[in-house]
Amino acid sequence: MNGAVLEKIANNDAETVNDSAVGGLKSAGKNSPDSAVIQSVTNTDSENFSFKDFVLSSLKNEKLQTISVGIVSLSFGILIWHLATLYNFNYFINFENVPSPTTVGAAFLSHLGDAEFYKHILISMRRILFAYSIAVVLGVTIGVLVGRSRIARAAVLPYIEVIRPIPAVAWIPLAILMWPTEESSIVYITFLGALFPIILNTIHGVKETPEVLVRAAVSLGAKKMEVFWHVVLPAALPSIAAGLSIGMGISWFSLLAGEIISGQYGIGYFTWDAYSMINYPDIVVGMLIIGGLGTLSTYLIGLMMRPALRWKKFQR
Amino acid sequence: MKTGVVSMHEKIFRKETSDAKERGKIEIDEVSIVFGSGPTENIAVQETSINISPGEFVCILGPSGCGKSTLLNSVAGYVKPSSGRVLVDNEVITEPGPDRGMVFQQYSLFPWKTVHQNIAFGPKLAGYTPSQCDSIASTFLAMIGLSKIAKSFPGELSGGMQQRVGIARALANYPRVLLMDEPFGALDAQTRLMMQESLLNIWSEFGITVLFVTHDVDEAIFLADRILIMSSSPGSVIADLNVALERPRSPEMATSTEFVALKKECLSHIRAQSLKAFEEVGH
Ligand SMILES: Nc1ncnc2c1ncn2[C@@H]1O[C@H](COP(=O)(O)OP(=O)(O)OP(=O)(O)O)[C@@H](O)[C@H]1O
Ligand SMILES: [Mg+2]
Repeated sequence: MNGAVLEKIANNDAETVNDSAVGGLKSAGKNSPDSAVIQSVTNTDSENFSFKDFVLSSLKNEKLQTISVGIVSLSFGILIWHLATLYNFNYFINFENVPSPTTVGAAFLSHLGDAEFYKHILISMRRILFAYSIAVVLGVTIGVLVGRSRIARAAVLPYIEVIRPIPAVAWIPLAILMWPTEESSIVYITFLGALFPIILNTIHGVKETPEVLVRAAVSLGAKKMEVFWHVVLPAALPSIAAGLSIGMGISWFSLLAGEIISGQYGIGYFTWDAYSMINYPDIVVGMLIIGGLGTLSTYLIGLMMRPALRWKKFQR
Repeated sequence: MKTGVVSMHEKIFRKETSDAKERGKIEIDEVSIVFGSGPTENIAVQETSINISPGEFVCILGPSGCGKSTLLNSVAGYVKPSSGRVLVDNEVITEPGPDRGMVFQQYSLFPWKTVHQNIAFGPKLAGYTPSQCDSIASTFLAMIGLSKIAKSFPGELSGGMQQRVGIARALANYPRVLLMDEPFGALDAQTRLMMQESLLNIWSEFGITVLFVTHDVDEAIFLADRILIMSSSPGSVIADLNVALERPRSPEMATSTEFVALKKECLSHIRAQSLKAFEEVGH
């Protein structure tokens, strides 16, 4: 009973400290908009505080600055693209057959009501989800085994060394011959693409586990499995997270290669089909969808890993 | 010095409610530890015997590389003696375990666990319920005066705070002995002094046996009941000095005649060692 009370007190204390720490940060903060507002409040008689001041001080805010510079830069790129297609720029690189931003936009909008278009996207996403999930489970398991056990390392490392340098794309012909269906060969190639970065990063992370932490855990009574769950895995997690992001990128890359060469559905097929059908705006629509989905899925992986890596930002 | 909080928890959670005086006897019995073999053979510890009584505070003092950590690690169970054996409370040590608390020189808190979770980890492994673990952790946090940072991650703490949490984490298992390998070696002089005083407070509250490795003569004298001086190549104990300074110790004692006399004695042993090593290298 007393223990519970003590614990409550301890928790309350912790909250007060956190609050005051946040308060301290806020008051010391570099938030220029805040300070601008405060100034305007203290100078009640002046009308100097205008919208322009607000915009300027907002611009000093780092996040806003990053975003606005990004938007300006992107708009500039689109403008160049637009001008190059408008004037049929043709000097070494040929823009004559490149669709303009507006035609691409129009093509994209026309697809929004097209069920076939969504089917391409969904099928690609399904392949990624399936292949990537298998790669994560197998990659992390193999990586941990190889990283922790000398025997496993001796048995598995030769395979990794031999297969790793072969790009997933080089597997396409053999994959088509080996697997019963086109679908399975595409999934296989996608899986291979994600597998190796995940294995290698997991091995690296596991090897980085500080021995002193393993010793500490053992002296606190941890058995092998507990050492694994409480020490080895968390220590490897930052590196595993990096492997997961890289693996996601490469699995998209491999998927598209597979879809271009075989298959009747998928966003890679859509893009290549547009080329065969001389439907140039759709090539760019397909490319942009691929880029968007790749970025989105990598971002989601990062988002999912973030809570588990919260401690990392305090490390020095 | 008894705050009541800890003694209450001792009553509730201590597995053996028997007298503390019965716990924490260390016997190092003719222990030799040899690394490598053939031409690379390295005798880190040679036929060393030490007996430590329950509740004693013993410092192992010696130059770098003389085998202090190796000897301590044999008590912890990380290193197996090549010959001889180590016993804690008449049980032969074969592997690391929660009955021996360990504090390292490098910061060894789990960076992905909060301070509270770090301290609660040992009790959790020992099978206490989550609420028991919570209350043990809170008790120990209160003891080291860090309740306010229960939810912080180790990376947010200063080196001294991290080591305090490390001590609390080791004690949360109510171990028989506390093994410390230069725990304050990485701290600045001021923090170091404060940590030494707070360690002595904790020790007197718990009455736990402490085996403390250091190469700092002042630290050894300030803390210990007994100082074991080790020589290198091969590592062995060459002197066993009794520290008769009264307790509680205070930093002012460092200028007392007894302290200075002890310091001279320690230094002369160490100097004799260094000279020997120096001449051996010279020939
Ligand atoms: N795992 C090991 N393998 C091989 N040799 C070792 C190992 N651990 C220690 N040694 C050797 O044993 C000797 C004693 O080392 P130890 O770490 O015990 O010294 P120490 O007194 O703790 O030194 P320091 O004050 O620098 O920590 C050294 O010569 C060291 O090289
Ligand atoms: Mg050492």
